[in-house]
Amino acid sequence: MSTFVKFIIDGKICLSEEGKQLIEAAKENDIYIPTLCNYPGIPPKGSCRICTVLINNRPATACTTKVTENMDIKTSTPELEDFRKAVIELLFSEGNHFCPSCERSGNCELQALAYKYRIAVSRFPYFFPERTIESWHPKLIKDHNRCILCKRCIRGIKNNEGKTIFAYGRRGQYLEINIDPETSKNISDELAEQAMNICPVGAILVKEKGFITPIGKRKYDYNIIGSEIENQ
Amino acid sequence: MSKKLTIEPVTRVEGHGKVTIQLDDKNNVTQTRFHIVEFRGFERFVQGRPYWEAPVLVQRLCGICPVSHHLAAAKAMDVIVGAGTGEGLTPVGEKMRRLMHYGQIFQSHSLHFFHLASPDLLFGYDALPEKRNVINIAIENKDLAVQAVLMRKFGQEVILRTAGKKIHGTGAIPGGINKNLSIKERDELLKGPNPFNADMMIIWAQGAIDFFKNYYKKNKDFIDNFSKFPSNHLSLVRKDGALDLYHGVLRAVDANGKKILNDVDYQDYLEYIREEVRSWSYMKFPYLKQLGPEKGWYRVGPLARLNTVDFIPTPLAQKEFEEYKSITGKVSNVCLHTHWARLIETLHAAEMIKNLLNDPDLQSDNLVVKGKKQKRGVGLIEAPRGTLFHDYEINDDDQIIKCNLIVSTTNNNQPMNEAVNYIAKNMISGKSQITEGLLNAVEVGIRAYDPCLSCATHAYGKMPLEIILINSNGKIVDIKCK
Ligand code: SF4
Ligand code: FES
Repeated sequence: MSTFVKFIIDGKICLSEEGKQLIEAAKENDIYIPTLCNYPGIPPKGSCRICTVLINNRPATACTTKVTENMDIKTSTPELEDFRKAVIELLFSEGNHFCPSCERSGNCELQALAYKYRIAVSRFPYFFPERTIESWHPKLIKDHNRCILCKRCIRGIKNNEGKTIFAYGRRGQYLEINIDPETSKNISDELAEQAMNICPVGAILVKEKGFITPIGKRKYDYNIIGSEIENQ
Repeated sequence: MSKKLTIEPVTRVEGHGKVTIQLDDKNNVTQTRFHIVEFRGFERFVQGRPYWEAPVLVQRLCGICPVSHHLAAAKAMDVIVGAGTGEGLTPVGEKMRRLMHYGQIFQSHSLHFFHLASPDLLFGYDALPEKRNVINIAIENKDLAVQAVLMRKFGQEVILRTAGKKIHGTGAIPGGINKNLSIKERDELLKGPNPFNADMMIIWAQGAIDFFKNYYKKNKDFIDNFSKFPSNHLSLVRKDGALDLYHGVLRAVDANGKKILNDVDYQDYLEYIREEVRSWSYMKFPYLKQLGPEKGWYRVGPLARLNTVDFIPTPLAQKEFEEYKSITGKVSNVCLHTHWARLIETLHAAEMIKNLLNDPDLQSDNLVVKGKKQKRGVGLIEAPRGTLFHDYEINDDDQIIKCNLIVSTTNNNQPMNEAVNYIAKNMISGKSQITEGLLNAVEVGIRAYDPCLSCATHAYGKMPLEIILINSNGKIVDIKCK
């Protein structure tokens, strides 16, 4: 039988199963902690740092922390909020994110977070890196301009043999996630669709499907990201 | 000592341009040029992008008529996805796009006539600049100003309900449309509380024509003689010769109305149209290949359209068209008749909007068709300012590898240069004093074409116009900025 623990988030007394991922435990208690590299159901990676909270006054990532009895968690001090904004701004500066023509606009988690934190422009200089589009695959496009290297695709998308269909290519600042020609052969339409949906931005696209959801029906057209948890 | 006059920036036009007028010792005009000084380059940076992105990406080159670019690109992509060349879409696919387009025509034409052009007509081209603007229209003719704002708003509301946003929406996708029109959306436009409904827009569009006709009665001489020169005229026409701003075949007539391009398929436009580059402008100069650059240039837009078409397929606009023709003749080569033609089209757009809103096809769910994939697609549309060409080629991996855009204002490049030349020679030449009013007259000639210089160079920024005065040694003597 699972043991329940009591903990505090932003002054609110919360209950959840012991050992639960803090993100999930907060969600059960109607508290939203922003995430990007985390995806429900796949092992956390802790790479984007946007879920950073204060646990007993020490910063830690909520996606890789398990909840324990009497934890005292702060999710939104002014410092934390500014830190989160900075992380989002860095991601915008580092890639080529042209929301006006991106088919994920309105369904993009990075864009939705930028709106949530009212980011109009990045405080950091834009890199305008030269990146390519990988479009040789019959069903998928990988747009490296938009990839934030969260690796949700690598962790979450596996073919029939349980092998990932995405793979690391290049190194260091040139690191990119490519479509693996071997393991991605003959993937089903459903898996292609899942790959597109697991990506928080518009870096994985199913070919010839762009813009089929009209404006107004997209996930974040009228709802701020996280509001579905906070308004439960 | 000769001089050069420069009008920079040209005002009350979309984009950024300047005019130079070269004068000799006796202030006679020796050379005029309308330069476009901004540059954008969408044709280059669309390369490599997936083809279905083009309708949303390329429309960003304009904030005034993005719908035209959105639809021209979508029409080209229809060809690429094998959905035919304008007639292969499902009824709801085609009609939603038409509704979007007529909303666009209605808002853009209203904006141009009331906000940009009417101050010159109401107050005179030589009135003081502080008088000659839309604010004074609002002060002195409140009803007209309110109508102007609401007509534009109505057009924008049509776009909102078809494209999802008033500016830079996403409605048209390759092979069709991503939404239909709900009954609620339809009724908001069709039965909205007065004055905000399609019927009132028709009445107001008629009122605008009456306003122009009254003005014309009193100022016939000015309108007819301000700027006129023979030219060819080009536009799409429906296969039966009707005015059709969304789709048709390419037709051109000469200055006397003789057909010189006989209803050809626009997929083959490169066989008939060429573009020339001149060192002093970022805007190219298109011409009909058979006639060459000297004689083959043509006008596009409302004036050209009413010269090429045989009739208008909505009754009220057709009646106005007949009256217009009875006065202007078989072909009009008079610049300022463009305003009249534009207002007749505004009425036609309002009638089309009403017809389409009453069409139950708009509530169908059969939104998209696709067929055999093609490597190249050309999409043409009659944008508010004239014929707009989009031409794309893709590779085996669905990436755009080539793009050519000929924008309405580019088509009107030579005509605008001709207008500047005509007005400079007839109004400025030999005058001992060049007043601000005379310089504005040059702008009035350009403004009649409602140019969008940002579109034409695919450019960024605002559009002011400058006039520079240069002497025979090439030294700048005077610069007048707006
Ligand atoms: S492709 Fe998408 S899911 Fe994969 S690493 Fe890049 S951003 Fe993350
Ligand atoms: S969501 Fe926790 S580090 Fe990315």
